[in-house]
Amino acid sequence: MRRPLAVAAVNGLLAGLALVSAFPLLWMASVSFMAPGEAATVPPPLWPQAPTTANYRELFVRAGMLRCLFNSLALAGAVTLLSLLFNAMAGYAFAKLRFTGRAQLLRAMMGALVIPAQVAMMPLFLLLKHMGLVNTYGGIVVPAMASIFGIFLVRQYALAIPDELLRAARMDGAGELRIFFRIVVPLLSPVLASVALLTFLGSWNDFMWPLIVLNDDRLQTLPVALASLSREHAQDTELMMAGSVVTVLPVLALFVALQKYYIRGLLLGAVKQ
Amino acid sequence: MKPQAAAWLFVAPALLVVGVFFVIPVLAGFALSLTDFDIYALADPANLRFAGLDNYLTLLATPLFWQALGNTLYFVAAGVPLSIGLSLGSALLLHSRLARWPGFYRTVLFAPVVTTLVAVAVVWRYLFQTRYGMVNHVLGQAGVGPVDWLGDPRTAMPAIILLATWKNFGYNMVIFLAALQAIPEDIYQAARLDGASARQQLVRITLPMLKPTLALVGILTMAGYFQLFAEPYVMTQGGPLRSTVSVLYFMYEEGFKWWNFGIASTAAVLLFALMFASTWVIARAARGAGPRARQAGA
Repeated sequence: MRRPLAVAAVNGLLAGLALVSAFPLLWMASVSFMAPGEAATVPPPLWPQAPTTANYRELFVRAGMLRCLFNSLALAGAVTLLSLLFNAMAGYAFAKLRFTGRAQLLRAMMGALVIPAQVAMMPLFLLLKHMGLVNTYGGIVVPAMASIFGIFLVRQYALAIPDELLRAARMDGAGELRIFFRIVVPLLSPVLASVALLTFLGSWNDFMWPLIVLNDDRLQTLPVALASLSREHAQDTELMMAGSVVTVLPVLALFVALQKYYIRGLLLGAVKQ
Repeated sequence: MKPQAAAWLFVAPALLVVGVFFVIPVLAGFALSLTDFDIYALADPANLRFAGLDNYLTLLATPLFWQALGNTLYFVAAGVPLSIGLSLGSALLLHSRLARWPGFYRTVLFAPVVTTLVAVAVVWRYLFQTRYGMVNHVLGQAGVGPVDWLGDPRTAMPAIILLATWKNFGYNMVIFLAALQAIPEDIYQAARLDGASARQQLVRITLPMLKPTLALVGILTMAGYFQLFAEPYVMTQGGPLRSTVSVLYFMYEEGFKWWNFGIASTAAVLLFALMFASTWVIARAARGAGPRARQAGA
């Protein structure tokens, strides 16, 4: 193939793929500003004739989505902070501290990674019901306070911490907790940023578990509320698009701002499994 | 503090959470699949009885379970190759030296991955709408008559596969891209000196070097696709004519609509067995890929 032709082919294909990737999201944003019923015309309009924020007002004032936005933020935030602490501590210990049974535990956890969470779902529900955590924030946060995947990501990165550094700190009389918070955590901060981002997005986007555990309208997260709204208001295209924007925009913005950490976490997880 | 004690202090909180809220429930899940746990047992555990393999026999005699299994396998068998093919193609395009703005394109192609599945399933439900949907509008321009995507049992699953491919291909694209960038440039230089064409370089160098990545990506993607749930829940509610009921959708309805936890756990265990077997097959096939490919990937 001649070079100009090849350049046109490569860039043309990329532009086409980019259009297909971006179009549904751009269309969603555009329709969310249309007047009720405007999207249901032939041919389907691309831009709102008279942009309006009525759908968002309806969503927040009447449908109670503000409450769900708060729930999503609070739950994803709490899960991220707590699991970050526990995963960081365990990941560091599995990489750098010696204790009997370390290798066996590590191998067992590696094996457990292949088990899909759904096998545990029914017993977990019974356990949480017994603990009184069904229909509470705790039902989401407590089981997610640590994850095997998060422990592995941290461990993978912590393996590179030089032992001499830790030894020197111990010689100076620093306690293990002090070493962890003063020396290890700063060294781990890039991977902690990745784990935090992956955890936050995973928790925000999760659907099946919140659907099962949170029945109370006042506790629902955005994806669960959106799914039930879409069953009641199937005809209100514009309202549903506004709901989708509210659900997607926070995570999309977070990703665009912190892309580097997200991709690094993704690769760290994919390469070493 | 003794080093041993300190180490246990560090791992204890995470191990406690994983043990109590994952390991024990998994074991209990297997146990539950051997009981007749239903709504009566939920009210009073005294009603619980050991049922042996009854649930497994019941499920294997339930037509809807077989349909769910078939639908899920259809989704995996068509969706995984389609997604991975698109991932590989776009990674090769992004990696090409002829690409103008690779950083920008990478971000845009990856964006659907981080979006909320429920939200984009809602969006695609309208894109697939028969009269006003953009998909049919574009097809109409090409002279293809309106398709009742989500209302026809023959096209509902393909529509869900298209959504899943759109949403997920960016993930593996990034993994492929990293693998491409790890291939040493001098191999290509040597090949070019020997007069290898671009096509030969792709077939003889790039693709063999990507084989280990391909196996990894295949396993990860398959495991994810077996867990199909939110797409049919939002877009079709399992219909039309049960053509988009997946194993997890079946499990959810049995477990959390009818409270048949015994049957639901059995469905989950069978899904796990199926995932495990498929992973094993891919891993074995990858190991048999030949010593040269393995060396290259190391």
